[in-house]
Amino acid sequence: MPSFVVEIVIENKKMARDPEGETITTELINREGFSAIKSVRTGKYLRLLVEAADKEEAEQLVTRMSNALRIFNPVVHTCNIRAKSEVE
Amino acid sequence: MKVAVIQFPGSNCDLDVFHVLRNVLGVEVDLVWHRSFEAEDCDAAVLPGGFSYGDYLRAGIIAAHSPAMRHVKEMAKQGKPIIGICNGFQILIESGLLPGALLRNQGMMFICKWVKLKVETENNPFTKATAKGTILDMPIAHAEGRYVNEPEGLRQLHENDQVVFTYTNTQGNLTEEGNPNGSMDCIAGICNLERNVLGLMPHPERASESILSPFSDNDGLQILRAFTEM
Repeated sequence: MPSFVVEIVIENKKMARDPEGETITTELINREGFSAIKSVRTGKYLRLLVEAADKEEAEQLVTRMSNALRIFNPVVHTCNIRAKSEVE
Repeated sequence: MKVAVIQFPGSNCDLDVFHVLRNVLGVEVDLVWHRSFEAEDCDAAVLPGGFSYGDYLRAGIIAAHSPAMRHVKEMAKQGKPIIGICNGFQILIESGLLPGALLRNQGMMFICKWVKLKVETENNPFTKATAKGTILDMPIAHAEGRYVNEPEGLRQLHENDQVVFTYTNTQGNLTEEGNPNGSMDCIAGICNLERNVLGLMPHPERASESILSPFSDNDGLQILRAFTEM
């Protein structure tokens, strides 16, 4: 069966402040002169290797797993799941 | 009353709460490894503080899937008292027994210090003997304790009198300087709708003997005592 890399990116919703992103913005990026960069939101990145018939199936499986196991907390997080191309 | 203190890999306040329950309150108490925990063995359960599973993915989430938590949910449904302290509070949130989320502290720091806590309600067995408005001394020690919820979730917590403890200043006002971690509405501890499950970030077990307190008080003991008398 083919394998696919599937990426999960978990971020805080807008209503939940992100102190790490705020600190990176003000204390590093803006302080060093990159004033056009207005905000940074940090998150958590997970890269999974998934056996599936095709990309869609891989993405669906990871979505089902993420919801079932609470990989993210739906009260405060958004979760983006994206299957990449097949792994050789 | 027989209490179980459930140990997860990475729990590190298990012995402290065990000591207070057994030696200070004289309660029958067992330390139980999470894989061996059975609901039938006890009348009440403590989820102690620590860093279960290294806080990987999100504090409390992996322990929330431990077989022990199936039993804890069963106990909660039966109305048995459950208390989650610090990491235990995080586990209760992640297992869905309490609503909301506990995120990284607003200042990004691990904060270890004594704080002032205000008792917001007597309408639950944990604080029924402590007058509303009482200010308690208790220490916190956490990096992920910022309570966050959606506006509707917060409204419901207040409406249903589920906010049990808030961070306060010495005058009992909820101010930014009294709020160590940026929690919404200064929330430090909440209970479930049925009022038998309490989660709080501060450590009552570290504030249960006057010799351990910089204020020579033992404000945490009344909460743990009430828990054992439920």
